[in-house]
Amino acid sequence: MPMTATEIEQAITAALPGAEVTMTDLAGDNDHWATRVVAPQFAGKSRVQQHKMVYEALGGRMGGVLHALQLTTSAPTS
Amino acid sequence: MSDANARISSIVNGSDVVLFMKGTPLFPQCGFSNRAVSILDHCGVAYESVDVLQDQEIRQGIKAYSDWPTIPQLYLKGEFIGGSDIMMEMFEAGELQQLMLDKEVARA
Repeated sequence: MPMTATEIEQAITAALPGAEVTMTDLAGDNDHWATRVVAPQFAGKSRVQQHKMVYEALGGRMGGVLHALQLTTSAPTS
Repeated sequence: MSDANARISSIVNGSDVVLFMKGTPLFPQCGFSNRAVSILDHCGVAYESVDVLQDQEIRQGIKAYSDWPTIPQLYLKGEFIGGSDIMMEMFEAGELQQLMLDKEVARA
């Protein structure tokens, strides 16, 4: 069962308090999401580390039920 | 070191640029792999591609090797760079091209 936008968002904000999560449905099928995450916890982290933090927040579903999640991350600029 | 890990390590360190993907550069079997191939083609570098669909041991082993859950995976001089999303972000920022210059990667 693919994850809904709300489930993805809640999983990320629960693991990364203060994160801003923007979801875009790429295919209208609840299974192809573009997700943008801006989180203070990313400061000083490499992109790979930032993405791994999000994957951990999604509890290992990445690559499984979550087949197509297009992810971009960054630390807050201000 | 497990057999899969040893095989992966020799592949990863055997070429400047290695892309583990689904399918081949000519016939990518997944949108993300297709995007990774076109990014590398735009960078104009020579690269080795590995079709994980032909080798289940590599397909699962590579995810443990890099602690990264998805395919494609890009390696530059033995170092894991990222998947399709990170390749895209780096390419759009010009960072991937610069990294390849810095690491003196062979041109295609």
